[in-house]
Amino acid sequence: MWKWLHPYAKTERAYQLCITLQPWFWAGACICLVVGTVWGLAFAPQDYQQGDSFRIIYIHVPSAILSMGTYVAMAVAALVGMVWQWRTAYMTMIAMAPIGAVMTFVALFTGAAWGKPMWGAWWVWDARLTSELILLFLYVGVIALYGAFEDKQQAGKAAGVMALVGVVNIPIIHYSVEWWNTLHQGATISKFDNPSIAPEMLWPLLINLLGFALFIGAVTTIRLRNEIVLRELHRPWVQALAQQRLEKEA
Amino acid sequence: MNPRRKQRLAVVATIGLLVASAIGLMLYALNDSIDLFYTPSEIIEGKNGQKPQVGQRLRIGGMVVPGSVSRDPESLAVSFDLVDTGPTVTVTFTGILPDLFREGQGIVATGVLTEKRQINAQEVLAKHDEEYMPPELAEKMKGIKHVKPTESLGYNSATNEASSSAGKNGGLY
Repeated sequence: MWKWLHPYAKTERAYQLCITLQPWFWAGACICLVVGTVWGLAFAPQDYQQGDSFRIIYIHVPSAILSMGTYVAMAVAALVGMVWQWRTAYMTMIAMAPIGAVMTFVALFTGAAWGKPMWGAWWVWDARLTSELILLFLYVGVIALYGAFEDKQQAGKAAGVMALVGVVNIPIIHYSVEWWNTLHQGATISKFDNPSIAPEMLWPLLINLLGFALFIGAVTTIRLRNEIVLRELHRPWVQALAQQRLEKEA
Repeated sequence: MNPRRKQRLAVVATIGLLVASAIGLMLYALNDSIDLFYTPSEIIEGKNGQKPQVGQRLRIGGMVVPGSVSRDPESLAVSFDLVDTGPTVTVTFTGILPDLFREGQGIVATGVLTEKRQINAQEVLAKHDEEYMPPELAEKMKGIKHVKPTESLGYNSATNEASSSAGKNGGLY
C-alpha cells in the first residue's frame, strides 16, 4: 500500500490525482444531492410528531455528520504530515479546513432554525450544541493559525498540532447526548443495526449524506489544486502548466 | 517504518493521549454542570448528595404526566406535573407553550424552585425523541394518533368558545 500511496507525497502527482477525481466527485455529488433533496423534501412522508418541519433533517444531519468527518480527515492528514513529513498532507489539511468550518456553520444554523419551532428556542447551552460550537472554533483556529505564519511549512506544522489536539472534541460531540442529559435528542442513524427512522425517510437521508461527502471531496480537490499551485509556483511543472494555459487563452 | 518516523509517531501519540486524558478528567470533574437539567427525582432526592434549595434557579427535564395539564380558562397560565422514574414535580408557567408540548412528551423547563416540589417556569422547551416515522406507522406501532399541534393542545377545562376556536384553527391547517 505504501508503494501505491507514496507517489502522492509529490505535489505533481497529487495535482494530477485531483484532476482525475474532480469530475467523478462533481457528478456523484450533483446526482446524489438532487435525488436525495428532492426525495427528502417532496416525497418522503411527514413525521408523526413534527409534520413537515422534520424535513430540515436532510440538510442538518448530513452537514453535522460531515463537519465531524471532515475534521477527522483533516486530523489524519495532519498526522501523516507530522509523521511522514509529507508537504501534500498539510496542504490537504488546510484545503479541507474552511469546508469543514462551513459544514459546521450549516449544521449549527439549520439546527437553530429547527430548534426554534420544535423545542421553542434557537439556542440552548446543552452539551451537544456547545461541543459543536467548539468544533467551529477549532476550525477557525486552525485556519487562523495557518494564516498567521509567513513560512507555510511552519504554518502547516502549527496548524497540524492544533487539528490533532482538537480531535478529542469529536467523540465528545458524538457521545454528548449519552453522557449528559441534553435537550438535543439521541442518535438516530448511527445505530446501524436499528436506526430509529422509517426506511422511506432514511433512504433520502443516506443519499444526501453521500452527496454531501462527494461535494466536500469535489471542493477539496479544487482547493488542494489551488494550494499546490500557489505553493509550487517556482517549480518547472507549474510554470509549464501556466504557460500551457496562457497559450490556450491567447 | 524507519526509526525517525517511529519516534515522531510516538511523540504525537503521547501528546494525543495526554490531551485526551486531561480533557477527560476535566469533563469528569465538570460532569454535573454539563447536564442541562435536573430530573424530577433529582430535585426531590438530590443529585450526588446535593439537593436543590427552594428559591434556586434551575432547569428541570421530564415527561408531562398524562392528565395533569390544567389550564386557566381566563389566561395563559398552565400547570402540569413532570415525572421521570419516581416522584413528580409540578411546573407552573404563564405563556405560549411550544408546538410539541403534549401529555407524555418530554419537556425542559427553566424556572425557580418555589416549593419543595413546585417550579415556577419562565421558559418551557419541548424535547423530542430521535424517532422519525410517518403518522400511519406511528399509529400502528405506538397507538399514537397524529394530531396537528394546534389540535393537540387539549382544551380540557376550556369553555365552548375556546374549543370552537381551536377547531377553527385546526381546520386552517
